[in-house]
Amino acid sequence: MRIEQHPILEFKRKRRVTFTFDGRPIEAYEGESIAAALHAAGVRILSHTTSGAPRGLFCAIGKCSSCLATVDGIPNVRTCITPVREGMVVESQRGPGKLNPGFRPQPREVEERSVEAAVVGAGPAGLSAARTLIRYGIVPLVLDENPHLGGQLIKQTHKFFGSRAERAGTRGFSIAEELVKEVEAGAEILRQARALGLYREGERKILAVSRGDGLLLLQVENLIVTTGAQERFLLFPGNHLPGVYGAGAVQTLMNVYGVVPGKRALMVGAGNVGLIVSYQLLQAGVEVAAVVEAMSEIGGYHVHAAKIRRLGVPILTRHTVIRALGEETVEGAVIAGVDEHFNPIPGTERELEVDLICLAVGLTPSTRLLEQAGARMAYVPELGGRVPLHSPLMETTIPGTYVAGDCAGIGEASTAMLEGELAALSLLSRRGLKLEAEIERVHRSLEKLRLGPFGERPRAGKEKVFSLMKEVAVG
Amino acid sequence: MAEYRRTGVLSIDDLSGRIPPRERLQRGPCAVIECVEEIPCNPCEEACPVGAIHVGDPITNPPALEFERCTGCGACVGVCPGLAIFLLDLSGGRPRVTVPHELLPVPENGEEVELLSREGRVLGRGRVVRTRRAGTTWIVTVELPTEELMWEVRAIRRSP
Repeated sequence: MRIEQHPILEFKRKRRVTFTFDGRPIEAYEGESIAAALHAAGVRILSHTTSGAPRGLFCAIGKCSSCLATVDGIPNVRTCITPVREGMVVESQRGPGKLNPGFRPQPREVEERSVEAAVVGAGPAGLSAARTLIRYGIVPLVLDENPHLGGQLIKQTHKFFGSRAERAGTRGFSIAEELVKEVEAGAEILRQARALGLYREGERKILAVSRGDGLLLLQVENLIVTTGAQERFLLFPGNHLPGVYGAGAVQTLMNVYGVVPGKRALMVGAGNVGLIVSYQLLQAGVEVAAVVEAMSEIGGYHVHAAKIRRLGVPILTRHTVIRALGEETVEGAVIAGVDEHFNPIPGTERELEVDLICLAVGLTPSTRLLEQAGARMAYVPELGGRVPLHSPLMETTIPGTYVAGDCAGIGEASTAMLEGELAALSLLSRRGLKLEAEIERVHRSLEKLRLGPFGERPRAGKEKVFSLMKEVAVG
Repeated sequence: MAEYRRTGVLSIDDLSGRIPPRERLQRGPCAVIECVEEIPCNPCEEACPVGAIHVGDPITNPPALEFERCTGCGACVGVCPGLAIFLLDLSGGRPRVTVPHELLPVPENGEEVELLSREGRVLGRGRVVRTRRAGTTWIVTVELPTEELMWEVRAIRRSP
């Protein structure tokens, strides 16, 4: 089902297109992902595993591979980031999928070129980095594996916190629109382009990019990596069922594509993401049966909790989901109270009638590109997992390679934008520009946004990373 | 740990010092800022045309409102990212509460709506007397049947 009216968003739908799913015609709009169009048509099951378990989407941003299907004869296509096309033939898979026996791969075109600066990932950090480079006269190459620029910022419908300098009071998607406009005007942009690997040959760095049927080998002088994060999963029976979605996927369906993700939801996790997405579900007309939180207190801001409480949504701390019900898709959930060791307390189980279980249990930095390239990493729980070591100027241990945003440690979109700007300023000052005052301004803003009890963890995490960075050699 | 960290609901005690006195409200509308945590945020301070809201430095200070200076204009209601500011008013015939509202359909003037407490309980019914828009946030003023409700009502819902 599609959202026709929304209190905050306007969905400007493009031309109608028709494609088929397992032979059945599906009406969609140009620009929609296959998974979103199928969801709008009521199709949640995209494939089955070899053992017959159903699979649907989970992350909706191309990171988890839960939504694979066969598209125009090519198996294992990520339907969540592949746009629909007129006449496209989509087929569900059983197991890994098979190539059509007549399929002959076309030889790949290989293009080699060199660029001054490349930015991998066009979310808040990447766009902000690119904008800064543009303002100083560089034309960066910006690539993203998604069809849309803006990363997760395009689905943030709430107003930002902070002060005027960080665009407080402005809704996330409006900030994204401005950033995208400026970057589109000044950068070279590659959409649906995936950074496959970063290879070092002496002083040279080669970034391999897969794009359509071609391969691009970019010799990059400077590289800013802003690959974001991925949603954490939770172990419970039935967690594989279509209808168990990451909070980011629910936001993508609702706020990017205007597709209702379900009728009645259970939210797992009362951090800011869980609280904000619960509110967004209500705005999209979806009922929220409850928010469960295993910790003894709400993790997010009280003001976000208050918004959903006064609209009648219960928040149950020391509770978790212990089972998803249903054979092929989610038809319900069992929740239970937990003790101080997070073990379910027998006798407290309760069944909720829901068709959507939304997981908002945290994020893990997406760092594979930097790990593959040999950047020194560290496990920093305060930042969400393994992160590349970096200096306060966002330099990694690979020369000429910078990092910013969630892949440098989970934070807010506002801090990601500042880190992106900082990475770009740092890169520019390495080239001889005098930017001390600008760098100082960004450092002060970052410091400000990490003040207070909610900033304690990221603050401690960054301190750890900076001190570890001091102990290792760059190179 | 404060109880609201577990429930998501502020008590009158949590709001001590933040609720405008009755005498002030009898003279006209005044804001109540239900924002008690140290979060880095200050658009309300910037939005106030008369300088009645103070956050200062550090930016994590919870906002403090000078009740006597506040004119009840509602500029802060529309900018607060936490939707945590409301207006209270005892100056007219009936007590009034003004709430930020971001759900469809938007209630219309004269319409009867359900009145919801901080924990989402239906406390009764009230009549919408004014709706205005700050960007995509609606600011809705409702007339309440009793003064007691003014201290409790923080949201409205269109009657089913």
